[in-house]
Amino acid sequence: MKTVASRETRNLLQYPYLLWSSLFIVVPLVLVLWYSFTTPTPTGRYEFSISNYRRFFEPVYLRVMSRSILLAFEATLICLALGYPAAMIMVRLGSKWRNTLLLLLVLPMWINFLLRTYSWMVLLGRQGVLNQLLQWMGLPPQSILYSRGAVLIGMVYNFLPFMILPLYTSLSKIGKEQIEAAEDLGANRFDVFRRVIFPLSLPGILTGTTMVFMPAVSTFVISALLGGGQDMLIGNLIEQQFLSTGDWHFGSALSILMMVIILIAMTVVSLTDKGKTFEEGNLW
Amino acid sequence: MKRFLKLAFMGLFLVLLVCGCTKKSVVLNVYNWGDYIDETVLKDFEKETGIKINYETFATNEDMYIKVKQGGTKYDVLVPSDYMIARMIREGLLEKIDIQKLKNYNALDKRFLGFQFDPKNEYSVPYMWGTFGILYNTKKVTDPVDSWAILWNPKYKKQILMMDSVRDCLAVAFLRLGFSINSTNKEELQKAKELLIQQKPLVLAYVGDNGKDMMAAGEAALAMSWSGDAVTVRKQNPDLAYVIPKEGTNLWVDSLVIPKNSEHKEEAFLFIDFLNRPEIAKRNVEFIGYATPNRKAFELLPPEVQKDPVAYPPNEILQRCHVYIDLGSFLEEYNKVWTEIKSE
Repeated sequence: MKTVASRETRNLLQYPYLLWSSLFIVVPLVLVLWYSFTTPTPTGRYEFSISNYRRFFEPVYLRVMSRSILLAFEATLICLALGYPAAMIMVRLGSKWRNTLLLLLVLPMWINFLLRTYSWMVLLGRQGVLNQLLQWMGLPPQSILYSRGAVLIGMVYNFLPFMILPLYTSLSKIGKEQIEAAEDLGANRFDVFRRVIFPLSLPGILTGTTMVFMPAVSTFVISALLGGGQDMLIGNLIEQQFLSTGDWHFGSALSILMMVIILIAMTVVSLTDKGKTFEEGNLW
Repeated sequence: MKRFLKLAFMGLFLVLLVCGCTKKSVVLNVYNWGDYIDETVLKDFEKETGIKINYETFATNEDMYIKVKQGGTKYDVLVPSDYMIARMIREGLLEKIDIQKLKNYNALDKRFLGFQFDPKNEYSVPYMWGTFGILYNTKKVTDPVDSWAILWNPKYKKQILMMDSVRDCLAVAFLRLGFSINSTNKEELQKAKELLIQQKPLVLAYVGDNGKDMMAAGEAALAMSWSGDAVTVRKQNPDLAYVIPKEGTNLWVDSLVIPKNSEHKEEAFLFIDFLNRPEIAKRNVEFIGYATPNRKAFELLPPEVQKDPVAYPPNEILQRCHVYIDLGSFLEEYNKVWTEIKSE
């Protein structure tokens, strides 16, 4: 009896989520799909069409897409280069310092994302804090704000915690004894890193890369605020289609295409990763 | 499945219950540009009439249009600009306005009635008007500023701000080339596009409302700016000056309109008439710094404001100003060109 009852409550408990996800995830997705495959006719009706998708392959839009992918790729790479050592240091520290550092890492996320990006405008502007510091040291002021570099800084700043946290988790799972065993067998510090630590941290790298790349490739706020609207990214293009141009059909097609591209990229990453190492055992 | 249905019905019932409760007092939904009214005026209207106002703001005509067109919220009073009014009339989104119901209608200046976007003013009552021109920092710009061409001067590389808006940027290029700001000629559009792409390396940023703050802070030397913003921002930074270039510019009229699906049209008339009262119109125009099309309100303004050429340019300059018209389906070409410029 008891098991039946608990199963029933369990079944009941899943309804709110089912309702929630079908209302706010499935229905919108279906709508986006519907919009992407239709065009309005002069009579005010809609007809099936793949012209929205075909339009994406015009050079203008391909250029926007490749720029977005390149920028997101660079941001991910920088995050990895900065985040990996940071995560390693955090793992090695005593628990008191480690917790303080973790808190410091998460702390900025308590402040609104938009506000944090705005504050970079204050830091990087021509009359901004950074330039005043430069001038005080007798150096010529730089115009950093409203450039590609500023967008990159904004991406790295905003998404770095998403890289460090999964790296930290997977690095802290590596047992000391494994490292000691490698050292006992005559591996130097570089070999320990290359053959033990790095392969074992691959799941963290994979998660971190995904978590940074996805928001970076689709961002429109960072490029609008810090890029000065000069280099259009795919996120800005989609925003423009929905908010100012009003072409929801093309905007939907762009969104679907971006989802597909991200999915493909992620599958490729996880496949190459699997082929190499950890899932199939310790080849190293 | 049965349980699922039960839950769904319960939810529906709750929603209906909530809807039923709030229907009692009249709430007027007003959708206006940001920073575009003295909000104490809204309070006064509520006090006088007992009608509640739900006030929302938008940043561009296009934002407003899409929200109204999608019909999620039913608004009662909107404040679109000229070309957008024409588009909304064309698409049958606006309700005709009965002038007989507006007691203060004759306070309006005839110069701001009968524009092409609504020739007989059947749908719109002018609220504010203005121009855009060049706002510049007199400490940083040494050359005389009298032509749009200065926005292409390499001396001011990375010190120029342009508006992040399709029609306004293209209008500047058209004016510089001597074409109409309402051009629907593909060759002219191509030339304008090339001119704007050529300008891109000199532009610091394409900005929205933050442009005026950047000029006030001295972040840039030259900017495309609305006349009203120029009035406000000069108070913060006296080094700034505003000029309407000799090639002319755009003159716009933002007007009060009532959407067709409004559920409180009578109350909307009352509100529009309230805004047309000379003393109320004066309070609004003093608060936001643009120019009033209300003749009686204009007469109430202090003489130094009346004579300010930034807000109220003399007639010979106004003759060089043009009003946008609705481009119809040619707007797609504009949008396409704009994407090409921005993604270059």
